[in-house]
Amino acid sequence: MKQIRDILVIDDEPMVTQVVVKVCSAEGMTISSANHAFDALRCLEEGEFRLILCDIMMPELSGFQFLGELSKRGIHTPVIMMTGYSTVENAVKSLTSTGAVDYIPKPFTADELLTVIQRSLRCGALLEKAESASLPRSGAMSYVPCPTDYRRLGYVSWALMDDKGTAKIGVSDLFVRAAGGVSRFELSLPGEDLLQGIPCAEMTSPDGSKHNIMCPLSGRILEVNTEAQQTPALVEKDPYFRGWLYRILPSNPASDLQWLSL
Amino acid sequence: MLNSKISLKLTFGVVLTILLVIGIFAYFNIQSENRSLLTEVVRHANQLSDHLKADMGYDMLHHDRGRIRDGIMRMGGQEALDGIRVFNKSGEVIYSSEPAEVGKMVDMNAETCFRCHSASDPLVHLDMEQRTRIYRPTPDSARLLDIINPIYNEPSCWTADCHAHPEKQNVLGVLDITMPLSEVDRNIRRSQIAVVVLAISAIVILSLIVGFLVRWWIGRPVQDLLRATQQVAGGNLAHRVEVKREDELGMLAMSFNSMTDKLAEARLQLFQSDKLASLGRLAAGVAHEINNPLTAVLTNSSYLLKRSQGQPETRDDLQVIVSETIRCREIVKSLLDFARQTVPKKRKADINQIIGLAAKVVENQLSMRAVELLMELDPTLPMVTVDANQMQQVFINLMVNAADAISDNKGIIKVTSKPISLSPAGVLQIKRALCRKRHDLVDRKVQIDGKPAISMRYRKKKQTGLIHLNPMYGSNEHQLNGMPDIDAEIEFMCPDCSASLMAEGELCPVCGSPIYAFEVPLKGLVQGCLKKGCGWHRWEQVDSAWNDEYVEINVIDNGCGIPSSQLATLFEPFTTTKGQKGVGLGLAVTWGIVDNHNGTISVESEVGVGTTFIIRIPVGP
Repeated sequence: MKQIRDILVIDDEPMVTQVVVKVCSAEGMTISSANHAFDALRCLEEGEFRLILCDIMMPELSGFQFLGELSKRGIHTPVIMMTGYSTVENAVKSLTSTGAVDYIPKPFTADELLTVIQRSLRCGALLEKAESASLPRSGAMSYVPCPTDYRRLGYVSWALMDDKGTAKIGVSDLFVRAAGGVSRFELSLPGEDLLQGIPCAEMTSPDGSKHNIMCPLSGRILEVNTEAQQTPALVEKDPYFRGWLYRILPSNPASDLQWLSL
Repeated sequence: MLNSKISLKLTFGVVLTILLVIGIFAYFNIQSENRSLLTEVVRHANQLSDHLKADMGYDMLHHDRGRIRDGIMRMGGQEALDGIRVFNKSGEVIYSSEPAEVGKMVDMNAETCFRCHSASDPLVHLDMEQRTRIYRPTPDSARLLDIINPIYNEPSCWTADCHAHPEKQNVLGVLDITMPLSEVDRNIRRSQIAVVVLAISAIVILSLIVGFLVRWWIGRPVQDLLRATQQVAGGNLAHRVEVKREDELGMLAMSFNSMTDKLAEARLQLFQSDKLASLGRLAAGVAHEINNPLTAVLTNSSYLLKRSQGQPETRDDLQVIVSETIRCREIVKSLLDFARQTVPKKRKADINQIIGLAAKVVENQLSMRAVELLMELDPTLPMVTVDANQMQQVFINLMVNAADAISDNKGIIKVTSKPISLSPAGVLQIKRALCRKRHDLVDRKVQIDGKPAISMRYRKKKQTGLIHLNPMYGSNEHQLNGMPDIDAEIEFMCPDCSASLMAEGELCPVCGSPIYAFEVPLKGLVQGCLKKGCGWHRWEQVDSAWNDEYVEINVIDNGCGIPSSQLATLFEPFTTTKGQKGVGLGLAVTWGIVDNHNGTISVESEVGVGTTFIIRIPVGP
């Protein structure tokens, strides 16, 4: 029987792994570290982990290549991608690649790190539960059924194109649940431009943790759902219909949509 | 040499043509003059001969041989005559001014005699040409004119007492006069020389004039253009051709200049984006390298902060570390954002308000250095569509730069804003306007505000008249001279050739009336509506190049100024005039932001006097 630990952190910078180990251990989590991807793969052979934190830009094997190795080996541990080079592409890829669940740009505060870890651990647990209930293992699993022809950016947010060429965007139920519920939304104003993969709203959970909602589509905000802003619980109850956040005019739907899953 | 210069080729061609034309003209002129002079001499000789024959007739009837001989001797002794002879029918010299010749027989086969005596029956009548002969007795002597005059048998001859001639004889003899042509030849030679001299001087003068004009009108401007193209090809995009004329070459120079302007602008843009691309790569590298150590600092300090409950002193210090590290994170992020050239979040904003916010940010910095900040903001400024944060950054950058340029205590920074109109309307004068048959409609006799007007003829039913349009494009102050109001029946035409000036198949997009159209050479079609109160006009080529309304913001300081050698590279990344004080990114960022707003930024500076940055942002729809 393999030993089960909470977290495996991988970064070629020992300073980063050290500090992540320190913060997580202090929170009572069990954590191992690796300084490159092969080292990490060896750790995964020796033990099981509930979550992996992985840097994107590493020598030898990059973070995304590491994800490929994981799926080759049939390891379904959720992965949080980290990077010091936070581009839109990296963010979108981190949210949509198989195996990756979340994304955190460096540098981060201890709170930001813990928030992402907690959320991803809960997300992993929810996915596990779904698997044991023999539901298809993917972000599609949800307590509130996600309607068809909704496009999703990872398990974070969704977009729905309408026939007028505009799109509604919102947050997925899995994200809200993984975050531990919602008490407040900080939304942008109409007329502002949103970029895919860049935070478009900040969600505060009842425990006070703040979660950035990554935008599924680039475009200009046409309308903000004031109802959702005033009653955040609405989003928790009905995230796909009355709980939408913005109506936007997509600026680049063709190339944005290829990143989104059905 | 000839192949290499267009003006030489052209001059050569024209001179050759002149040479040919004047040469042919001179040749035929000389020929005709020769002919008319000779004809005159022959007529004169014939008169003389007739006169002599008549004079001798009387003496012959009286058979007074002595008088005849004396007469011939006297006449023959004159300088204008070479000799006079009278032959009888059988060819014997009866009388001669040369006494030795008397009694000699001439050969009937000699050329003189042969003309009449070639046939078995000698000719009786000869025309003038046959009676004259021009010849040289020896090759080097002067030419002689020989004219023969037959002496016909007349009733008085055969009825005379002497009965010397039978009645049946037709011709009694021949009077032969020989005249030297030396004088005539001299005259001919003189006039030939005169014509040749005239022709040569005409050719030389015309060639000089043509050569000069070709050089002046074509050679020099083409040379200028050639020099300019070489300069531009060599990379000197600041070179301009001096535009002195309004002909095609002047237009060419103008187009060349505007092309070079556009090229320079495009090159600047390219340079800038190239620089930005390398900056992007650099920023990516820097971000990655800096973010790792920052992670260690930020995570550790924020973790310690979490655990330092009840230790207010430590807590405060840690709070500073955390917030400063977060500031570093934002700086690195903005560097990455800049390198990415994020899409500005544009919305309607009041530039004056943005300037005010920017001024608040730098207020402390300025008052610490005792720099005075003056604002002259136009309250009527229209709202512009901009990213307020980015524009604020622009003004902060410029004000901080201005403060850095000021070293003494009397520093003043002045920020002004005003709406400006860069519309071509009322600025651009139409100097040439053509109808379809290339007649110039610009009428220099009629002026509006001191500028030659554009004349057109209108016709509506039977009413017709001239109208004069204001040549300032966009101005509606025309002289319509009582023209009836526009409707479908009106027609505009060229005053010279009556070619239609109607824009066929097009109506005014504002009021739907028929519109006029004429061409401005090299600059496209100008169209307009003359309906009262409408005043719609379009000049596509010009309209498209101008964006109507701008907001202009000047940031003026009285600091140290920027040397002109640094002005060209001022907006490039890593250019700094502050030595160790700056990195040289501020103005590159500023340029990028203004450019992202389709605006322009330019700088005027004089060392020791100060610097002015001029920003123009289009107001937009």
